[in-house]
Amino acid sequence: MSKELIRLSNCTMAFDGDVVLDNINLYINDQEFLTLLGPSGCGKTTTLRIIGGFQTPTKGDVFFDGVRINDVPPHKRAINTVFQRYALFPHLNVFENIAFGLRIPKVDPETKRKVKLSEEEIHERVMEMLHVVNLNGFEKRSVSSLSGGQQQRVAIARALVNRPKVLLLDEPLGALDLRLRKDMQNELKRIQQAMGITFIYVTHDQEEALSMSDTVVVMDEGKIQQIGTPEDIYNEPKNAFVADFIGESNIIDGIMRADGVVEIFNRRFQCLDKGFEKDEPVDVVIRPEDVDIVDEAAGQLKGTVTNVTFKGMHYDIIVDFYGFKWLIQTTDFCPEGSHIGIKIDPDGFHVMKKSQYSGMFGDYSSYSEEYDEIGDATYDPEQEEDSREALDEEE
Amino acid sequence: MSKKNSVWSRLFMALVFLFLYAPIFLLIIFSFNEGNSSAIWKGFSLKWYGELFQDRLIMQSVYTTLLVSVLATLIATVAGTFASIGFYNMKRRWREPLVTINNIPMMNADIVTGVSLCLLFVAAFGAWNGFVSWMETTYRLTAPRLYQGFGTLLIAHIAFNIPYVILSVSPKLRQMDKNLIDAAQDLGCTWMQAFWKVALPEIKPGIISGMLIAFTMSIDDFVISYFTAGATTSTLAMTIYSMTKKRVSPEINAVSTLLFGAVLLLLVIVNVMEAHQAKQQAKKYS
Repeated sequence: MSKELIRLSNCTMAFDGDVVLDNINLYINDQEFLTLLGPSGCGKTTTLRIIGGFQTPTKGDVFFDGVRINDVPPHKRAINTVFQRYALFPHLNVFENIAFGLRIPKVDPETKRKVKLSEEEIHERVMEMLHVVNLNGFEKRSVSSLSGGQQQRVAIARALVNRPKVLLLDEPLGALDLRLRKDMQNELKRIQQAMGITFIYVTHDQEEALSMSDTVVVMDEGKIQQIGTPEDIYNEPKNAFVADFIGESNIIDGIMRADGVVEIFNRRFQCLDKGFEKDEPVDVVIRPEDVDIVDEAAGQLKGTVTNVTFKGMHYDIIVDFYGFKWLIQTTDFCPEGSHIGIKIDPDGFHVMKKSQYSGMFGDYSSYSEEYDEIGDATYDPEQEEDSREALDEEE
Repeated sequence: MSKKNSVWSRLFMALVFLFLYAPIFLLIIFSFNEGNSSAIWKGFSLKWYGELFQDRLIMQSVYTTLLVSVLATLIATVAGTFASIGFYNMKRRWREPLVTINNIPMMNADIVTGVSLCLLFVAAFGAWNGFVSWMETTYRLTAPRLYQGFGTLLIAHIAFNIPYVILSVSPKLRQMDKNLIDAAQDLGCTWMQAFWKVALPEIKPGIISGMLIAFTMSIDDFVISYFTAGATTSTLAMTIYSMTKKRVSPEINAVSTLLFGAVLLLLVIVNVMEAHQAKQQAKKYS
């Protein structure tokens, strides 16, 4: 649909022999909203910094519009960045923060002369930007007097006023509270569509990634685990890591008996997956919401409820099947200790090839201890920051 | 009981302050004494201040002191600021030992710094002068011989001022958002432009207070100056010292009073500035 704008080709990044990015290949289309998603330390911020020009890859090339830009410094790239915690200039007011980039004389590519914008043009463009980010009347305010959400908007305006081809956003909503984060997600999507700019967005928040992006790149341990649309990533995860990181997943060892037939717990189930070897060991993903609870007698599998948590819209229940604990989301109340049966439709199964992540995720046996981590919506941005600083130390 | 305690503690406090400040007040009072005794009050007069400004030796050394302090402060401020930036950009395992090394000269006894600088100059100039003599005798080429004097005094002052500037600028850099310079570069600045436009305004308070501390250190230094100024150059502190050897002239009281006043003024400026900054910080994060 649109043309390729940025390409990372075999990019490797190592700090003192510590490989942070391992042979990344990625292309980004014009006007795309692409999200780099992964846990802290997965290399997503490093990828962003390579595109922004703040770091040069140890190996590999970066192309912008077909031109190799490995050695082009940040100030010569048609790319602007919204930094984690905004990095607004504290000694300047809102207007001057946004006007900052416009006041730097730029070299005209045709005449090779430095061009300075007139005061009227700067004023006009800043005011226009303030309107876009919905901060009319804030131009005289000091940035330290603004709330987190407002500072966020100033940071976006400051980057967008330069009319970049690409906007990089490094966990821009990490420091905001949940409600504000939802509002800003819509706002960002709206701005992206209105201005027709490529957004490259870094986050650890899978929900944010799924709801905003055209394309999601899931990363872990410096490698790309999967690239796809949000639907692809959720419905067709490539390995246990992706299945576990995006949403909740029960991941079970299975054997592919034939096309469309998968065996778990020594029982055969109908599924939609094809193209595996006969009797190939596989990982089977079953999403908690794809499981129907029925009477024990009518169930395809029978289990015992060991834990019930009320979540508002539904119950999270942990069910023990032959020693393996599943997470199931249901609107029917099943008391702890009750015996239930379950039914899963063929499209509820997703079969994946075995990977290095097999057996590491998707078991809810240690549910109660793990639960705080898994369901933590109020993630601590400091933690991410620390890991990034630790990285910076090594540069 | 507690009332009694408070009386005693107040008395103790008064004694401490008396002990600290009585000599200085005595000095200030007797600088206005009509007679030339440091013990008997003969009436108020500005006579010694008048004589002070007539005394060419003292005026010359005031000029030397001011010149060396101003120059050393300016050079040390620039060098110290860039050194701080260097430290800031270093990896931690290099930075930490270097910061410690930077702190040592401040804690080191002045006498050690003075003597070691003196030795360095003597050794370096001795080698150079020897080389010049050898050139003269063998090749009939000549070059100026070097001796301790204003130059070495200036170098010594710069050397002992730099750590104070670094000590005062470094925390400001660490407080600065790590991404600010990146952000400025991202918006089209070269590194140098980013430094001037963004980092400098952020660390300016640190630079100014570092500068004032350096200046006060420089203006009242005696020990290091004594060992590095050579035979012909003399700072005010050195001149006063040599005057006390002959006889205690009330001129010394006058010049000491002025010196005390100048340093006091600078300290007040530093403190007011720091209080102002603390207020601003409090405002920013409230």
